[in-house]
Amino acid sequence: MVKDKCILKMEGISKSFPGVKALNNVQFALEAGEVHVLMGENGAGKSTLMKVLAGIYTKDEGSIDLKGREVDFHHPSDSIHAGISMIHQELMPIPHLAVAENIYLGREPLTFVGTVDRKKLESWTTSLFEKLRIEINPWSLMNDLSVAEMQMVEIAKATSWDSDIIIMDEPTSAITEQEVDNLFRIIRQLKAEGTGIIYISHKMDEIFEIGDRITVFRDGEYVDTCRIEGLERSRLISLMVGREIKDIFPKTDCPIGETILKVDEISLPDVFENLSFELKKGEILGISGLMGAGRTELVETLFGIRKKSRGTIFKEGKEIRIEKPSDAIENGLAIVSEDRKEVGLVLKMSVGRNLTLTTLKDYALFGQIMQERSESKSIQEQIEKLIIKTAGDGQLVSTLSGGNQQKVVIGKWLLNNPDILIMDEPTRGIDVAAKAEIHKLICRLACQGKGIILISSELPEIIGMCDRVLVMHEGRITGELDRKDFTQECIMHMATGQCLEE
Amino acid sequence: MNLSTIIGKTSKFGIYIAFVLLCVVLAILSPYFFTVKNIINVLNQVSIIGIIAIGATIVLISGGLDLSPGAVVAVAGVMAAHFGHPGEYPLIVPVLVALVTGLVFGMANGVLTAYGKIPPFIVTLGTMTIGRGLALLACDGMQVIDLSDEYISLANSEFLGIPILIVLFALMFAVFQFILTKMRFGRHIYAVGGNETASHVSGLNVNRIKVIVYMLAGALAGFGGLLLSSRTVVGSPIAGQGYELDAIAAAVIGGTSTTGGMGKLTGTIIGALMIQVISNGLDMINVPSYWQQIVKGSIIILAVYIDMRSRNKGNN
Ligand SMILES: Nc1ncnc2c1ncn2[C@@H]1O[C@H](COP(=O)(O)OP(=O)(O)OP(=O)(O)O)[C@@H](O)[C@H]1O
Ligand SMILES: [Mg+2]
Repeated sequence: MVKDKCILKMEGISKSFPGVKALNNVQFALEAGEVHVLMGENGAGKSTLMKVLAGIYTKDEGSIDLKGREVDFHHPSDSIHAGISMIHQELMPIPHLAVAENIYLGREPLTFVGTVDRKKLESWTTSLFEKLRIEINPWSLMNDLSVAEMQMVEIAKATSWDSDIIIMDEPTSAITEQEVDNLFRIIRQLKAEGTGIIYISHKMDEIFEIGDRITVFRDGEYVDTCRIEGLERSRLISLMVGREIKDIFPKTDCPIGETILKVDEISLPDVFENLSFELKKGEILGISGLMGAGRTELVETLFGIRKKSRGTIFKEGKEIRIEKPSDAIENGLAIVSEDRKEVGLVLKMSVGRNLTLTTLKDYALFGQIMQERSESKSIQEQIEKLIIKTAGDGQLVSTLSGGNQQKVVIGKWLLNNPDILIMDEPTRGIDVAAKAEIHKLICRLACQGKGIILISSELPEIIGMCDRVLVMHEGRITGELDRKDFTQECIMHMATGQCLEE
Repeated sequence: MNLSTIIGKTSKFGIYIAFVLLCVVLAILSPYFFTVKNIINVLNQVSIIGIIAIGATIVLISGGLDLSPGAVVAVAGVMAAHFGHPGEYPLIVPVLVALVTGLVFGMANGVLTAYGKIPPFIVTLGTMTIGRGLALLACDGMQVIDLSDEYISLANSEFLGIPILIVLFALMFAVFQFILTKMRFGRHIYAVGGNETASHVSGLNVNRIKVIVYMLAGALAGFGGLLLSSRTVVGSPIAGQGYELDAIAAAVIGGTSTTGGMGKLTGTIIGALMIQVISNGLDMINVPSYWQQIVKGSIIILAVYIDMRSRNKGNN
């Protein structure tokens, strides 16, 4: 390693939170112009280390050496001024401001009378977006963007600082393949300019495609750093998990029964019209498509979160009325939603309280008085079953690592014992080991005769898990494929609107 | 153990520590402060505002805000007093009138915020103003006097040697503590205040929960109005002036989040006691009343500051 190429050296870093030692004497080094991947299971301490570097948390111990100078950040602005910017795992948009205002928050161009120079702001944003090939209106409110679009805005914001070091904490967890390709193009461009990039992701394919070196953490401890070239996948997994994992897509063939759910000509104004499909018992039905194809809107409408303008829904041949989520729940539906922060969890409540939120009635005497013993028994079971890493069921859910938060959302709906389970990006941000667990769980549920709808932007997941897939493009179902006909190319073609049926 | 770990460990008790410190200081300054008589006196004085603060707390936890309780105290007091003259109606009638008055106000607040989607600040500012007007209208601007003995004894008798107001306050605390910590409805209140969307998707009837919360708070304010009119032996249209702010202050001092989803009734009780003890203590050491207000305001800010700091230390 050439010495002066090393722009960042973190050594002996420790950080504790009440009840957990998140980092224990870890190290990390970054060279100019490299993409250094940081990997580890959910809760391994990756985000924590990055937040220390970004001045959000203060370290308990250790030293940070930035381009030969020892630094100690106490505030995010310290870190930004030292040339470090970060794309956070949990997006932090300011919802009522426009895209452009979000990006240049705190450094808006001013006119000579001191008001914000909107023209300049717009031209800055437009040229930034042009460079990054992002197509979002600078004056859209953050509120109105999809999670994927918000993610792209965050990426744009991080690059807009012209930093020497850019931290990307799971930047691709919410975006589709096309945008991932675009992001990688941007990363290569930054690399060529000498920017050092710290890249966190649970997606193996990405890591092998974009990464130069990799550092692995396990349970807050440093494990190893190595070159990615020539690294075996199985070796990487065992570094991370401490054991081997056989199969990430443990698809078992379950008997597929009769139709459990039939959706007939359902419409949501301005998004989709007259969509019809069926779901069978024991079937895993995938829905694939690009960002903005209307997949999330479709299942949210099905669940009564959005108001359909027309359409009928049948369960086991009988028409059911779903006007609001509680109707859907009563009819045995459950939804693991895409947006865990806004829709999936009550961040201000504990892990336990979140897990039992939809099933409180089951533990209530006379429908009201909580039987805490039986409730906490279920909570414990669920924490163990899903291997949720927490200091205790009383821990605030907002302080769990991202992947563990996702497991809480899944656990909450499983407690409801649904007949039909809708999963919108259920393994977003989940590590390989847990992903394999969740896939196993999905298969087990299917074999119990439940119907499962699986939305995923990861094609391997769709191909590896589903019995049948619907492909959507701009609010239309552009194709339907059976398991035997699945290929990446075929699904991609349909997703971009080119019908390719034989 | 360095300072920051000590603060970290005590973070949950920040406000309790501030309260104890305050009491110690007052006890040193005035030997009379720590007598049984004075303690009973303080508790008796805090009871009515405490009952109203319970309502303020549940509304705040549910993500709302209620500015109307002071006005409800006046309307309910005047209305109840009308039915409280000697030899006219049995005692239950004025009691029910006060409670129903509070419930009606609560229902209006709840329906307009939940279903009408009008911000609670605006809605309750409106009902507060309407309430003040109604109180004057209901008695033609004159105090309602000549109340029956039973009516007066509502707030002025003793139960097992303890002033009845303290007993009622303790009872209300127990009931609402039970609702918040042991009942499903309590869970719903926290969930709705913490994240409305997530609660809705989880199948909770968010609007109904909000309406019930406002109605409970209204009923508590109505009850407070009844007790105040009994204690002061008069139904006054200008009673309860500023109570809404004291109630909110008690809740917030006690750690209830103004953005919803978090809060504890035990904190509110300490908050209410804190406000009361400050006035009581300042009286006792002969601080002139103009100065009292300045000191009171400063101590409130200081107490919350200590609390916030210790919390943030605990997290980072
Ligand atoms: N503010 C906090 N308070 C308490 N515990 C915390 C806090 N932030 C993180 N933790 C704990 O520290 C540990 C490490 O969390 P971290 O977010 O760094 O994990 P991660 O490696 O980024 O995981 P993921 O892949 O799931 O994002 C976890 O056990 C988490 O619960
Ligand atoms: Mg993380």
